[in-house]
Amino acid sequence: MTIGDAGPVEHPTEPFLQQRAWVRHIPAVAIGAPVAFAVLWILFFARGTSAGAAVSEPGEFFVAFLNGVTLAGLLFVVASGFTLIFGLMRTVNMAHGSLFLLAAYIGIDLQKQMVGKTRNINADDVSILQWVVPMLVGAAVVAVIGVVMQQVFLRWNQGEELRQALITLAISVILADQMLREFGGLAQTMVWPGRVTHFIDIFGQRYATSRLFMLGVALLVGALLWLWLNKTRMGMVIRAGVDDQDMVRALGINITLVFAATFFVGAFLAGMGGAMGASFAGASTGADGAWLLNSLVVVIIGGLGSVKGALAGSLLYGMVLALSPVYLPSEYAFYSIIFTFVLLALVLAVRPYGLFGKVESA
Amino acid sequence: MTGRPSTGTMVISAVVALLVLLPAFGSDFFIDFVMTRTMMLGLAASTIVFLSAYGGMVSLAQWLIFGVSGFMIGNAVAEAGHGLKLGWNPWVAVIFALGIATAVAFVLGALSARTIGIYYLMLTLTYAVIGFLFFGQVTTFSGFGGVTGLDPPGFFLDHPKRLYYAGVVLSVIAYVTFRAVARTSFGIALQGIRDDPVRMSSLGFNVPMHRMLAFTLAGFVAAIAGVLNVWWNGQIDPTSISIGPTLDLLIIAVIGGIAHLEGAWLGAFVFVAANNYLRDLPLVDNIGITEARFNTVIGALVLLIMVLSPDGLMGIIEKVRAAGRRVLGGPTGPTTAAPEPRLRRTSS
Repeated sequence: MTIGDAGPVEHPTEPFLQQRAWVRHIPAVAIGAPVAFAVLWILFFARGTSAGAAVSEPGEFFVAFLNGVTLAGLLFVVASGFTLIFGLMRTVNMAHGSLFLLAAYIGIDLQKQMVGKTRNINADDVSILQWVVPMLVGAAVVAVIGVVMQQVFLRWNQGEELRQALITLAISVILADQMLREFGGLAQTMVWPGRVTHFIDIFGQRYATSRLFMLGVALLVGALLWLWLNKTRMGMVIRAGVDDQDMVRALGINITLVFAATFFVGAFLAGMGGAMGASFAGASTGADGAWLLNSLVVVIIGGLGSVKGALAGSLLYGMVLALSPVYLPSEYAFYSIIFTFVLLALVLAVRPYGLFGKVESA
Repeated sequence: MTGRPSTGTMVISAVVALLVLLPAFGSDFFIDFVMTRTMMLGLAASTIVFLSAYGGMVSLAQWLIFGVSGFMIGNAVAEAGHGLKLGWNPWVAVIFALGIATAVAFVLGALSARTIGIYYLMLTLTYAVIGFLFFGQVTTFSGFGGVTGLDPPGFFLDHPKRLYYAGVVLSVIAYVTFRAVARTSFGIALQGIRDDPVRMSSLGFNVPMHRMLAFTLAGFVAAIAGVLNVWWNGQIDPTSISIGPTLDLLIIAVIGGIAHLEGAWLGAFVFVAANNYLRDLPLVDNIGITEARFNTVIGALVLLIMVLSPDGLMGIIEKVRAAGRRVLGGPTGPTTAAPEPRLRRTSS
């Protein structure tokens, strides 16, 4: 047996189902058409819809647009917490929605105590402080719960993504059941402070200032998050950790402490979102699952682990949620849920890891 | 697989024989409400295990496919109420439902074929929740009231034991099929993709295509389970495919052991039995656990399993068997030549 007479190499099995080149070009071709059609439809046609074409009914369009942006603000607050935790620790926190709902319930209860009424609280009874303090307390409580969860259940199995996801899933099942026992199944709302509940006039349409207030809070959170991640030492370590955890460890940085701090902030953001969501749409059983879904959609669109992606994902998803019901012909308005799926499909067809996601080894 | 059958094969044959003989001595309630449900849920959960153990894809969309199939049966069979009200023959409806559900699985599988690891879990969870909202909102197919008053075909009507046997037979077929598929060149390539997608891609294998086809096959089996479920329930509504039941199916697979096909049915049995008999246990009342706290118990069970033995009950059984062999000094080493599935831990 010499090397020279080895003959042609024979593969034991032919590769099954080989990749065809043209398959890869389908997504790029298919994506432009629906987007262009949607823009043209909203601008000029929109026949039989509740809003009407944007060029003839600018007020309706502007209101829908503002609804999208303000909703995007809330989505961003919640989803940035989710993506922050995932980006650094690769932990998919399936209990994110549960933390959202728990903070909402705590905020509602505390607000009742601070106002001194258990029911029929008017916005005029509530001062700014009586809204901000319950929100921060609720968020702080779930942030501590988040850190405890991370220290007890997640710290020792770092890197086992599926196991961690299932552990947080089990915790979310327990939390959901216990919250149902403690707070009941009826929807409750947190009341916006009276100073921010007015209506302003936009192109002849009434618009609630509480939604703009919510956007303001979201922008403040976003700005603080940006400052923390970009202008502080810990933020620098976190950004380094997202890129190369082992290198950060090797440099002698106590990354376990950074992990705990990140989990605290991530859960805190879920909690703040909970209080905002409870004021905006109320809190009830099932909101945990709904907000887990919202966080997932945002980060899948934007790219997991990227705060920039969470911003982009929130805006796109918020816009789709706000525009699709009013720009579908009225008798088909209930099909609007499909557009969430269409948005996901379009983004994933082009970028399987989201708009700002890093490409994994696939 | 020459010579005498392995211990595993013998145990499984014994369990199947027991399942066949069960209606002779089990109560009607036990057969209809525990074992028939176990077979349906086990069949559905086995598709999660198949995708996870052989393809490295942990899918939460299986319950959605299960539901799509059920809703299609409802739309095709019902003559009044919500939905399309087509009023077809029940057997034609089965073909229709399986076709639509498999087509949905094909599209969803194609869309997520390039996603791996933990991303797959999240993406399929969003499919599941969007599907739930779709059937809730779109009154053309269902609306939140659901489709009610659905009779199974005459053969199964008022014959709960026949439905149970259908569940057993289909479960056995699915189990054997999944094991057989794992030994074909397609199945072996799929396991290669599970272990190292980059290498398989470099070798010229079409990685997304394998993932998509595996997902479609699993979707077809989940759709069959969905048909059985509608026949058993007589109705289907969107709440039954909401996020809670979706996660329950994953929980069933996890309790049994997400790397073991048999575990799907074992997990389903534990889940259904806990659901039915937990309140009858003498001590649980004292510690404040009532029927209404069922989810807390299940959540705690999953938490315990994930902390102690991520391989579930089947993993525990295997450990006990291995320990027994060591003690008794019997033959060690692998007992079957079958490719062993394993729990995929990381994606990178």
